[in-house]
Amino acid sequence: MIRLEARPEPSRTYKWASPIIAVAATVAIGFLLFPAMGKNPFAAFHAFFVKPVDSLYGVAELLLKASPLMLIATGLAAGYRANVWNIGAEGQLTMGAIAGGGVALALHGVDSPLVLPAMLVAGVAGGVAWAAVPAWLRTRFNANEILTSLMLVYVATLVLSLLVHDAWRDPEGFNFPQSKMFSESALYPVLLEGTRLNLGFPIALAVVAAGWVFMQKSFTGYQMRVAGLAPAAAHYAGISAPRTVWLAMLIGGGCAGLAGVGEVAGPLGQLQPSVSPGYGFAAIIVAFVGRLHPVGIVFASLLMSLLYLGGESAQLNLALPSAVTGLFQGTLLFFLLAADVFIHYRVRRTRTVRRTA
Amino acid sequence: METLAQLFILTLAAGTPLVFAALGELVTEKSGVLNLGVEGMMLVGAVVAFMVASMSGSPWLGIAAGMAAGAATSLIFGAIALSLMANQVATGLALSLFGVGLSAFVGLDYVSVVIAGITPLAIPGLSDLPVVGQLLFGHNPLVYLSFALFAAVQWFLFRTRAGLVLRAVGESPQSAHAIGYPVIAIRYAAVLFGGACAGLAGAYLSVAYTPLWVEGMVAGRGWIALALVVFATWKPWRVLAGAYLFGGVTLAQFQAQALGSTIPSQYLAMLPYLATVVVLAVISRDAVTIRLNAPASLGKPFHPGA
Amino acid sequence: MTPPSATSRLELAGITKIYPSVVANDGIDLDVAPGEIHAVLGENGAGKSTLMKVIYGVVKPDAGTIRWEGRAVTIANPARARRLGIGMVFQHFSLFETLTVAENIALALDRERAGGDLPERIREVSVRYGLPLDPDRHVHTMSVGERQRVEIVRCLLQDPRLLIMDEPTSVLTPQAVSKLFETLRRLSAEGCSILYISHKLDEIRALCTRATVLRAGKVTGTCDPRQESSASLARMMIGGDLPHPGHREARAGEPRLVVDGLTLPADDPFGTTLHEIRLTVRAGEIVGIAGVSGNGQKELMAALSGERTVDDPDVVRLMGAAAGRLDAEERRALGLAFVPEERLGRGAVPEMSLAENALLTAHRQDLVRRRFVRADAVRAYAERTIAEFRVKAGGPDATARSLSGGNLQKFIVGREIRQQPKVMIAAQPTWGVDVGAAAQIRQALIDLRDAGVAVLVVSEELDELFEICDRLAVIAQGRLAEARPTSDTNAEEIGLLMSGSFIAAGAHSERTFSPAGAIGA
Repeated sequence: MIRLEARPEPSRTYKWASPIIAVAATVAIGFLLFPAMGKNPFAAFHAFFVKPVDSLYGVAELLLKASPLMLIATGLAAGYRANVWNIGAEGQLTMGAIAGGGVALALHGVDSPLVLPAMLVAGVAGGVAWAAVPAWLRTRFNANEILTSLMLVYVATLVLSLLVHDAWRDPEGFNFPQSKMFSESALYPVLLEGTRLNLGFPIALAVVAAGWVFMQKSFTGYQMRVAGLAPAAAHYAGISAPRTVWLAMLIGGGCAGLAGVGEVAGPLGQLQPSVSPGYGFAAIIVAFVGRLHPVGIVFASLLMSLLYLGGESAQLNLALPSAVTGLFQGTLLFFLLAADVFIHYRVRRTRTVRRTA
Repeated sequence: METLAQLFILTLAAGTPLVFAALGELVTEKSGVLNLGVEGMMLVGAVVAFMVASMSGSPWLGIAAGMAAGAATSLIFGAIALSLMANQVATGLALSLFGVGLSAFVGLDYVSVVIAGITPLAIPGLSDLPVVGQLLFGHNPLVYLSFALFAAVQWFLFRTRAGLVLRAVGESPQSAHAIGYPVIAIRYAAVLFGGACAGLAGAYLSVAYTPLWVEGMVAGRGWIALALVVFATWKPWRVLAGAYLFGGVTLAQFQAQALGSTIPSQYLAMLPYLATVVVLAVISRDAVTIRLNAPASLGKPFHPGA
Repeated sequence: MTPPSATSRLELAGITKIYPSVVANDGIDLDVAPGEIHAVLGENGAGKSTLMKVIYGVVKPDAGTIRWEGRAVTIANPARARRLGIGMVFQHFSLFETLTVAENIALALDRERAGGDLPERIREVSVRYGLPLDPDRHVHTMSVGERQRVEIVRCLLQDPRLLIMDEPTSVLTPQAVSKLFETLRRLSAEGCSILYISHKLDEIRALCTRATVLRAGKVTGTCDPRQESSASLARMMIGGDLPHPGHREARAGEPRLVVDGLTLPADDPFGTTLHEIRLTVRAGEIVGIAGVSGNGQKELMAALSGERTVDDPDVVRLMGAAAGRLDAEERRALGLAFVPEERLGRGAVPEMSLAENALLTAHRQDLVRRRFVRADAVRAYAERTIAEFRVKAGGPDATARSLSGGNLQKFIVGREIRQQPKVMIAAQPTWGVDVGAAAQIRQALIDLRDAGVAVLVVSEELDELFEICDRLAVIAQGRLAEARPTSDTNAEEIGLLMSGSFIAAGAHSERTFSPAGAIGA
């Protein structure tokens, strides 16, 4: 008989070993899965994990796609630490893109260095506003933020669809549901010639660093962590629960909004019916795999970005469906959650202890 | 009269997947387990049901396969959240994300396939009766199955000893364990039932309601089902009422289009989601009712050791 | 078959149970005769509860044998225990709040016994043993005393031949305790053996005919408690004499905490409404609040600590300032310190280190500057608390969860005291704490009083309150009886007050149920 036995103290080793175990297990599943689909597992592994990053352009793409992920995950992690479950980042990202994109369209042709900052502010505000709805519903009506924030994802997507199909549609766009291309002043400058890597990446890194300082060093960050770990203790210490919920939601929404404007001011350059391949959801996985910790989040977002690139590459090189990316993302999170059990428990075989009484 | 009868039938048809999924989740939650993976389980159920129906030519075999697939997916949740005591919220989210990926992946070759779905009853004589015939005998067979499921859940939870035990486990797993009930096994059973029901709900969508397979075709119904359980304050009959209410709201956009409305379809498509948000706020406001009806241990992991 | 008089009902030999950090039971032998009331005596953490769970099949022993009426048995689960004829009344009740009495009882009976005329049988048994119960009531509407009756009746319906009672009197008034003893003696006379778990020496001497004493997981002796004194039992239990804190006459000064007509509706369907509470605590005195748990203590504590605010600011006055509308943080700034009843999860964050837990309430001790935490200062504060209050811990980085109950409580009390409060409120300060730590905590509260602090202690342990308090008030059904000097009262009088005797007859009618009223019945 094998059973789980609580450890007296959580294992620090396993806290960080667990994501590595999860990644290894996911790769192992891949090795089983690819032959089942009639693909050489080594070729598939190469196409998935090596090919996408064997050039400077590839590495730049890796960082480009990792940027929104680490941005959003940093914001979500602050919330999850406070036990506030914002899972509507995809919607907040969309609202950020709409607000930032709206500014870009309104200032179309204006050649001023202030256009981009105005867009960023609008994008953050858009994400914050969208996240404020579940925050208000939770603090005012006690409505579960998981469900409300998720419902608002669908609404945000429909709002965007409405805009690009109608009011903001490019009149010269051959009836495609998309906006005009933004002017140069409304785009993130490219950092590396010949790639798409742009200013969004250093901004994301800066936000991650700021997130670390906030959560680990500031008193407010401490209070949010207390609220997440032991709500009754937070209450006892006089930490306001509504304030925690508001902060957690708005930080998450702001980061997601910034990521959203980064997409339209970066690789897209315009508003389209879809401005994200599910970054808002993938970032949930990034936050967990990164242990809600900034350093972990940076690594996890690179990994998740590689899964996106790998999916595209596998589609091109092996005719594998890109949906395999989503499958791997989910599998990775499952393995992580399963491996996490060893942080708090250890395996013990029963009937090993025999004592003469 | 004819159109009203038609509207009634359509409302029931649109509400039925929510009835299946929400009743299943209600039983799961009554045991104290919050499985947020309903959307994922519905998608897996939908795609598997569609594939099997298409391969075998039998939609009913597809329905059975969809249920089995939903139950199998819920088993992953059980293993991680019950046996390994992981956070139920995170595990449920993982299940939903996983279900989206898995269903898109395996269903790729079936996107434009056409199958013979399960069609509404046509009982010679009865279904042809004016108005009443349609109202009573014109539904999809699975709609009747959803009525049966409702009755069965109501009876099980409040009239049987096993139902009493299930509610007791949800109320206080510690107490149930102390007087000798196998808490984890009971919770597994409840999770599996919820998974099978979600699979059935998905199967209904892909094999009876539309019938076709499109990536992400569940379109948030799994999440709405979760909200319905709160809306229903964990009472089966209110699940039924809520499901048809939402079924009606979903219909609005199709009805409006059929009537030649010029309102952009997006506005109407938003309605079910906005309605969910509003309904959640209104119900959750009454903390006392929630407290008295929600299973006290909902979402908390249980370790039988110590 | 050997005649029953020669056979023990239950015989344990060499029972051993090891947990990762502690040996809970170490080769325990125990022998219970038919119809005997047998005490198992020991401090918190001596291994009593683990031993009882072994007997009831909740916990599997790592080694040892169990004989039931002469036969060797393996008790794999509680259902098996019940089939053998073993019933158990848990310390923390194993009841389901939202279910009815009859449903709760049905859950613990096997299918045959649970069916048919169960409500009728519940009434019959409860009348026969003087434990009145309404089978259709929901448990969440019942007082702790009534809940205990449900547990006992549930056991009795299984015709037990051994009844385990785990600390049954901690929730009862002295009067209710003597009623319980009558029931137990009657059961014993009918041939049912009783295992009576307690750390209350007087009760054991009054009720039990034999006692097995445990200390740190081992049996340290068996005796006839009727032949022993409390002091000799205590020596067996703790391996030394019971410490008695020094106590001087109080020199009460100006009022520091004044509650004037506090009325507060329950914010929870299972909670208690507070009615017209009046209370004054002066500098340099300890005021105690006695009462059976669930009579409004939790609600009163929340209203005093600021976890719940009241609309009228003058209802709660701290240091002369109107504090009713101030939250917990603002009341602390006025000089209030508070030790809550739940240590893990309220008084301390289990997963956080002691240093981080020091910051929880002590951040005003210059531990935060410009909204940033001064990590070194926080560590130093925790280190000094650990040293001054002799907390056994692996240092400021040890998690709160890793400490024993007594040591964590010393840390929390120390953290609060070191903030030099003007008013100190402590709820159940020694609950579940070992004797040594309890004595130290009581002494710390007395020292605080002598230093001129106003101290309010809420406790369900009457002995403790009589030991340290200068004045005693009693809470029942959300109402507070006027505080009287400890020297002018006795346990009998306080016990009567605890059952709600001071409440005017008409006051009952506004509620559909009256928790404490039924306890004394």
